Amino acid sequence: MSTMTLKPASLPANVNDGAEEIAPVTRVRSYWQSVGYRLRHDYITLFFGLMVVLIVLAAVFAPLLAPFDPYAQSVLGRIKPPGWRGHPLGTDELGRDLLTRLIYGGRISLMMGLVPVLIAAVVGGTLGVIGGFAGKVANSAIMRTMDVFYAFPSILLAVAISGAMGGGITNGILSLSLVFIPAMCRVAETVTSQVRGLDYIEAARASGAGTLTIIRHHVLSNVLGPVFIYASSLVSVSILLASGLSFLGLGVQPPEPDWGLMLSTLRQSLYVAPLNCAMPGIAIFITSICFNLVSDGVRAAMDVRH
Amino acid sequence: MGWYILRRIVFAIPIALGVSVVCFSLVYLAPGDPLQTLLPPDATAETIAIVKHAYGFDQPIPVQYVIWLWHVLHGDFGRSIATQRPVTSEVFGALSNTSVLALFAVPLSFVMGYVLGAIAGCFPGGVIDRLVTGSAVVGVSLPNYWLGLVLVIVFAVNLSILPASSMGPSGSDNFSLISPDDLRYLVLPVLTLAMIPIGLLARTTRAAVTEVRSQDFVTTLRAMGLGEVAIIRHVLKNASPQVLTVMGLQFGYLMGGSILVETVFTWPGSGFLLSKAIINRDIPVLQGTILALSLVFVFTNLVVDLLQAVMDPRIRRA
Repeated sequence: MSTMTLKPASLPANVNDGAEEIAPVTRVRSYWQSVGYRLRHDYITLFFGLMVVLIVLAAVFAPLLAPFDPYAQSVLGRIKPPGWRGHPLGTDELGRDLLTRLIYGGRISLMMGLVPVLIAAVVGGTLGVIGGFAGKVANSAIMRTMDVFYAFPSILLAVAISGAMGGGITNGILSLSLVFIPAMCRVAETVTSQVRGLDYIEAARASGAGTLTIIRHHVLSNVLGPVFIYASSLVSVSILLASGLSFLGLGVQPPEPDWGLMLSTLRQSLYVAPLNCAMPGIAIFITSICFNLVSDGVRAAMDVRH
Repeated sequence: MGWYILRRIVFAIPIALGVSVVCFSLVYLAPGDPLQTLLPPDATAETIAIVKHAYGFDQPIPVQYVIWLWHVLHGDFGRSIATQRPVTSEVFGALSNTSVLALFAVPLSFVMGYVLGAIAGCFPGGVIDRLVTGSAVVGVSLPNYWLGLVLVIVFAVNLSILPASSMGPSGSDNFSLISPDDLRYLVLPVLTLAMIPIGLLARTTRAAVTEVRSQDFVTTLRAMGLGEVAIIRHVLKNASPQVLTVMGLQFGYLMGGSILVETVFTWPGSGFLLSKAIINRDIPVLQGTILALSLVFVFTNLVVDLLQAVMDPRIRRA
């Protein structure tokens, strides 16, 4: 880049004399370098990113961190306040250690937050690229079908599908994936249809590139960014919806430790131990707000088109 | 304008039909024979044959859908497995109870959200602006049913000034909107429902107002010597279509998303009916409630589209 700052040799030395000195040499950053630069200087995102990492680590190393067995019940130790006989946060309605179950519950909550979004990003993204690139009949067929699913409020669709299929983690993941696919599809379709009309796609085709090559090289590189940004914002939505499903008795089934399910069973002891009862909700809230803020930060860092 | 309205209504019909197809297929999503989900487990062979014929299960699936749709269009959603009552009356009773909640939650959240958002947008960097920006992030991260539980803990358990659940001392049948005793039961569920939309709406309004305020015509107005109050009126008017879209979505979520909040407060509305249907594996009730709620949602979106066309002539021409 340094050659740019040299004055053309043919110019007389006194042209622009003094008025315009040699421009300072600025290193031009690549797209990812500038994204990284902005993220490194966004301390709020860094902090909440660290929180997300800690939550993930706690979930992964749950057996090492948790002070008790998540399934060990005790008839005499039911609904005890924080600090009772070495239970840091007290116990639940079956005498199981609350902190242990909160740590283990993170495993399922994180899985329910990430897996449906991942499935939806792959399936919805693929459908959107196909629709956007094929155009015409295929596009309307795909997008009008998606419009139908758009007509449901997300929690309602999730409840409808897993309510019909019955509880269980697999059905929960399936129904949440279905909830997110239309939105993902729409994001991918919009970008693909925009890119499809651009000149360099025409140029690529003229120079003999096949459809798959064009999609792989030119379309995907444009679609992946927006899809990733959107997907990252869905993780916390997915965690909230999944915990809601478990709260209703769908999704995760007892005795599995899950935050939504814990809220639902501890609700029976609302008058006895309100503090214990509120705790799983705090875990959901903190996890979800961390993912939300990280996703906001990533979006701000990646969105260069002002 | 007439054409536009007609076109929007015609576009809504295939969506409504698609929604009905999804609801219809819920029966087939359920594990096992769809007949099992429609019948009590101890049904005799004779009843099975009668029901099989009545629902047309001996027909191909597309024909079954048409028969089902015919019944639905005549207000017949079948019978509840748990109570043996017609699903239609159960769903409508529940929907009216949900509307009672919406009647209070919708104006509360819309007015509060709009006013807070407008103030935040007009005074960027101020106290209200920071509050709005912060509460919006909190709002989207908060499980609303947990918020309901916390409110119950504070106001019903600790302070015991408000009832924790259900719909009045005499149940839903004698619920009256003018009796202060019954209204006390509304406070916590309405607050829980309204809280999150307030944050979201405030954020949307703030963004819309900020965007409009940076447009050239505002500078022109100011240069022409218009007072700040008059300028704000122009800005709000131009920001309203964007806000209206989000209001429409939030209205749908208040109706449909009340499922968790109603479960927490055992409010006998559509959401509570749904969660009962899930526990009893009562597929006809599940199907009927989901269909009714999503049709409300489709209808709301239609109304919002039409209202926007009324407010913004540019949309009509597009």
